[in-house]
Amino acid sequence: MSDKTRILYCNCTYAQVVPKPVKEAVLRELAQSDIGFEAVADLCEMSARRDPALKRLAEGGAVKIAACFPRAVKWLFSAADAPLPCDSTQVLNMRVQSAQEVLAAALSPGLEPNLPRGKETRPAPSELPAS
Amino acid sequence: MSLNDQTALRVVLYEGTGAQPLEPQQRYDAMSALLDQGFAVTRAVPDGSLPAADRSSLLVLGRFDGGRPPVAVDAQNEVDIRFEDIDGCGTSRIVEMVENVRAEQKAVKPGDWKPWFPVIDYDRCTNCMQCLSFCLFGVYGVDSGQHIQVQNNDNCKTNCPACSRVCPEAAIMFPKYRSGPINGDVVSDADLQREKMKVDISSLLGGDVYQMLRDRSDKARSRFSKERDADKALTERQKCLVKLAQAGDIPPEVLMSLPSPEEIQRRAQEAKAKAEAAIRNQP
Ligand code: SF4
Ligand code: SF4
Repeated sequence: MSDKTRILYCNCTYAQVVPKPVKEAVLRELAQSDIGFEAVADLCEMSARRDPALKRLAEGGAVKIAACFPRAVKWLFSAADAPLPCDSTQVLNMRVQSAQEVLAAALSPGLEPNLPRGKETRPAPSELPAS
Repeated sequence: MSLNDQTALRVVLYEGTGAQPLEPQQRYDAMSALLDQGFAVTRAVPDGSLPAADRSSLLVLGRFDGGRPPVAVDAQNEVDIRFEDIDGCGTSRIVEMVENVRAEQKAVKPGDWKPWFPVIDYDRCTNCMQCLSFCLFGVYGVDSGQHIQVQNNDNCKTNCPACSRVCPEAAIMFPKYRSGPINGDVVSDADLQREKMKVDISSLLGGDVYQMLRDRSDKARSRFSKERDADKALTERQKCLVKLAQAGDIPPEVLMSLPSPEEIQRRAQEAKAKAEAAIRNQP
């Protein structure tokens, strides 16, 4: 991982939407590695309070965020007046990815920005080309 | 005090120069326990930098050499920095220490409010004001440019995602909702077409009332004043809410806490007027 890419872990403390085994395994591995990182209890709660820490987190350069859906994370930061840069933010989704997938992406050297860059609508299955 | 006037306490687990690293298990246990209590924690390693200042107070925990924490200077005197030596402390002692500092500094007590509120996806939002007209609890408002905004997120009814159902663009998310696209998952064409996304807002708010407000004829006005029409509007709204409740979307506590029929009508008219004014004033 590039020296400058930071890691932010969201513990989703106030809801059970992120599977417990996934978030525990991700935190355990991060805490037992030799890297520095930021961990927050609940990005939703910080967004609701418009916590200025979100601005600091958004403005610090490239970042990988282990939380939930990229669209939700993008607009939670934005609601707190702390827009995340699309070019240098990768969101890892602990609601749907396994702990191994999240950790592999978090600790890998590259950054794969994946915030939505506009209105994206998934076509209905009937519109997809037959496989 | 509004939600966003409050300061938070941020904890730094310091393992840089002048401090011994924590045992991996001790580090995990401490971080996990502090996060569960609602604190933010930064792990600072040798060569890593400490996070820059923001409105929060900083509590730096470490196994400091000789038990003496390093000297920290905040040139602008804007951040309250405090050090505590945690050598030999178990997890519960660390949590207790942090909680004491939080209470002393009157920082936010995390967990007092479940963060449940709508988050707008402005890539999708068309500023149609349906959500503003719909919400009876004053959660939505407009900014100086007449753009829809979530203004009073702590007024939102916990676990109720009803306004996301009235948004024609599926632009309203509740990140802690159980399923997509309301939880922030990608919106699909099927979502937009799905009947359940299209709650009939007019029947939710008492379609007759709105119809009459739009129709300025005397006849309509006199009908509006009749109690049975108000009753009918309310019954329709309740029928619709019950339908939503059955679909598992509105918790019974929310239905139970709905205001009186008169109050619903008053608030609905107020919200409608706000939405209409916002649409009129759009540049
Ligand atoms: S951002 Fe996602 S993972 Fe984090 S607290 Fe909110 S819902 Fe949970
Ligand atoms: S109902 Fe949806 S599209 Fe309309 S203003 Fe509200 S969020 Fe925007």
